[in-house]
Amino acid sequence: MKDFLRYLPHTEEEGLQMLETIGVKRIEDLFEIVPKEQRLSKPLDLPGPLSEPDLIRHLQGLRSPILSSFLGAGAYHHFIPAVISAMTSRSEFYTAYTPYQPEISQGTLQAIFEYQTLMCQLTGMEVSNASMYDGASALAEAVLMARRITKRRKVLLSGAVHPEYRRVVQTYVDPDQGEIALVPYNEDEGRTDEKALLDLLDGEVSAVVVQSPNFFGVVEDLHPIAQKVHEKGGLMIVGFSEAIAYGILKPPGAVGADIVAGEGQSLGIPLSFGGPYLGIFTTLEKFVRMMPGRLVGETLDLNGKRGFVLTLAAREQHIRRERATSNICTNEGLCALMATIFLSCLGREGLREVAVMNLSKAAYAKKVASEISGCRPVFSSPTFNEFVLRMDRDPREVLDRLKEKGILAGLFLGRFYPELDHHLLVTVTEMNTKEEIDRWAETLERALR
Amino acid sequence: MRNIKDTGLIQEEPLIFELGRQGRRGYSLPRWDVKEAEPTDLIPSTLLREEWEGFPELSEVDVVRHFTRLSQWNYGVDSGFYPLGSCTMKYSPKVNEEVARWSGFAGVHPYQPEDLSQGILRLMYELEGFLAEITGMDHVSLQPAAGAHGELAGMMMIRAYLQARGERRKKVLVPDTAHGTNCSTSSIASYQMVEIKSNEKGVVGPEAVASEMDEEVAAIMVTNPNTLGLFEEHLKEIAEIVHRKGGFVYCDGANLNALMGIVKLGDLGVDVVHLNLHKTFSTPHGGGGPGAGPVAVKKGLAPYLPIPVVEKVGETYRLNEDRPQSIGKMKAFYGNFGVLLKAYAYILSMGSEGLRRVSEMAVLNANYLMKRLKGHYFLPYDRPCMHECVFTDRFQERFDVSTLDIAKRLIDYGFHPPTIYFPLVVKGAMMMEPTETESKQGLDRFIETMIEIAREAEENPELLRQAPQKVKVRRLDEVLAARKPKLKWTGEK
Repeated sequence: MKDFLRYLPHTEEEGLQMLETIGVKRIEDLFEIVPKEQRLSKPLDLPGPLSEPDLIRHLQGLRSPILSSFLGAGAYHHFIPAVISAMTSRSEFYTAYTPYQPEISQGTLQAIFEYQTLMCQLTGMEVSNASMYDGASALAEAVLMARRITKRRKVLLSGAVHPEYRRVVQTYVDPDQGEIALVPYNEDEGRTDEKALLDLLDGEVSAVVVQSPNFFGVVEDLHPIAQKVHEKGGLMIVGFSEAIAYGILKPPGAVGADIVAGEGQSLGIPLSFGGPYLGIFTTLEKFVRMMPGRLVGETLDLNGKRGFVLTLAAREQHIRRERATSNICTNEGLCALMATIFLSCLGREGLREVAVMNLSKAAYAKKVASEISGCRPVFSSPTFNEFVLRMDRDPREVLDRLKEKGILAGLFLGRFYPELDHHLLVTVTEMNTKEEIDRWAETLERALR
Repeated sequence: MRNIKDTGLIQEEPLIFELGRQGRRGYSLPRWDVKEAEPTDLIPSTLLREEWEGFPELSEVDVVRHFTRLSQWNYGVDSGFYPLGSCTMKYSPKVNEEVARWSGFAGVHPYQPEDLSQGILRLMYELEGFLAEITGMDHVSLQPAAGAHGELAGMMMIRAYLQARGERRKKVLVPDTAHGTNCSTSSIASYQMVEIKSNEKGVVGPEAVASEMDEEVAAIMVTNPNTLGLFEEHLKEIAEIVHRKGGFVYCDGANLNALMGIVKLGDLGVDVVHLNLHKTFSTPHGGGGPGAGPVAVKKGLAPYLPIPVVEKVGETYRLNEDRPQSIGKMKAFYGNFGVLLKAYAYILSMGSEGLRRVSEMAVLNANYLMKRLKGHYFLPYDRPCMHECVFTDRFQERFDVSTLDIAKRLIDYGFHPPTIYFPLVVKGAMMMEPTETESKQGLDRFIETMIEIAREAEENPELLRQAPQKVKVRRLDEVLAARKPKLKWTGEK
């Protein structure tokens, strides 16, 4: 009956001893300060308590089936080496909190310092924070940071940025304080329309936001855009949702990015129905004091020994309060640790190899799909591990037909782009075998007949 | 052999970049079953990466030894007593960690069709209901990723509600005991913060609110119990004052651990409250996240909740995005589901009676701690506390010993220090929150240690000033870290 007691160590006798020490008779006396008429007269209406075995049985009934999947669009099915779970299951890591006491938090602090270094290397930037909530909120914080730096109101947001990320940016930017202009994508190439962008670009623009690979899986040509933005005194913000791509793609830092903000889920973090994920945030050294989020820095202890501490906290809410660069406090520390371990295992060769495998498998699937009558890949620009297929039939019917065969064939794009109502976004990673891709294609062909 | 040192089990461990050898690998990939593409055949070479700087090259053993060693320099709730005030460092049940790893949860794509996600959506729907019942609110969004994120969602909802009525209020009232996030949240939501002084009893008085409250004020942000561990006994009256002028009452629910089954915040006039599932609802803190910061509202604010919301239509659960008045999205997808799942499991494990007992034991532990340390340390607000209590270093000052020294000395005795120098209204604060999962024996050992440290402060203060000594690194030079920021490894000495 008292199954909840497994997490509550006090015996009745100890409880009474403690009450006596405090000088009250009953536990209710401790709540005297709560006005009587405000105190609850009946118990909360909740189910339980459940014993551990009953809890497990209940949760087993809530699980989802796992199907053969070609879904991506900001959440990717990649291989996660067992090392990651083994290491992050060490409760010295996962039951600690923010490392306010550095002498007994060197594990977390050194791991974050390593994470910051890896993120700089991955994105080609100079400084990284200790993580943000996810790619979308990191991008929104990047937009706010650009406004603080440039003191300009307007931001140009590419229509090929993940639609949910755009929605988050919109939520964060108070219309009284800033204005968001949408830059269309080029309907033939699937890239941000450079001409339209240049028409909108003027001296009032704080930043241009482009995602690469973009929501359609297309690799953007960032360099010419960055040059134009800089000519007008604005900042270049590069977003991404598929970090694995940077195993082969030129890092944003090498093509003129001022702030890079994206999603790190692909780096060893499970899909988990959309979270917790990892917001990656990197920038240039000259902007470090304008950054949101925690930073870990190297220093020395009393004996001159290397150690790590939280630093530049004067930007943060607990010191600066209403003048802080962001209100973020708890971030995604354990997810940052997962990414650190993932990249430590893969190293430079592994990251490149997994990226090439994604590229190769997606290219194979695209080729097979292009041979199916009733559908064709659209967008002429190069893609990484995702591509858009246009089909003659309503994709929703096609998706249903494939679901019956145990295949999640892709994402219906009409959901986010009304004009793409015959289009599917298909994602292929190293986890999709050739056999699975062939089966996907055959089933698709039959569904389109 | 000069660099060999007898450090015992506190081993030296270089940075990951200083380990490894070229050519080592710590990974394996699925077999190649399609032709390996040449990237330059598919993507123009100007868009491809040419060089890598620094990336590690290690075997799996290297990686495991490295991170195992790092973990050994950390202190978690599982290591011992962690009385970090306002952070509710309670025990995180192991079964919840295990179920969150099941592939039927961890392997699920957020865009998979809803008919395949019915169990997951049901879990979210029921968790919303549980949290609404516990707080006495009408609707809940599980989307925010952390407490501060929930605060921001809440303040944006208030702003949207007022704007829809053509009201452009400018100010938000925040007590001087507030968490820093309240202040920064109100400013990110474009409000100007007005500080309210707490009274001599450490709580917000109705008079102080009444004198600042006008039609320019959008909301008051209160924390209850507040950061001094005191119940805001006038909250209901304050809510009436604020409501009378058309403002809202925002409650920071970080300290809900004291109130479950005792009182419902909704009954006290609160309009919006966020909850930290990683505090009250036992999900682990992860060394700084991930957490989850659901936000609960009263009916009138429901149209403004972030999208999507989980709905139940007949026996079917669905995600509804079609909410024209919504503030939008706080993050991609639906929330930190992996964390929500653990909180759901916790609530089911405890049930109504268990949660009430959690709050009772949390308050019992804090009052016991306060009673036994009183006299040894200065207690600025000497009255019954809720889930935490705040002492200061006033008695130790005369020995030239500070709160920082006391905190560091605790490390030498194997404890995590309390939250120090917060709340700001108390000079040299030590904010202690034992939580309900600490046993009497654990508390007694901590109390006796604190008393011993008070004695040491008097008899051998240098011991405190030199603390900690039994650790991998001694006190660190934070000034140096900030003056010459070194935020990544560069390979230079």
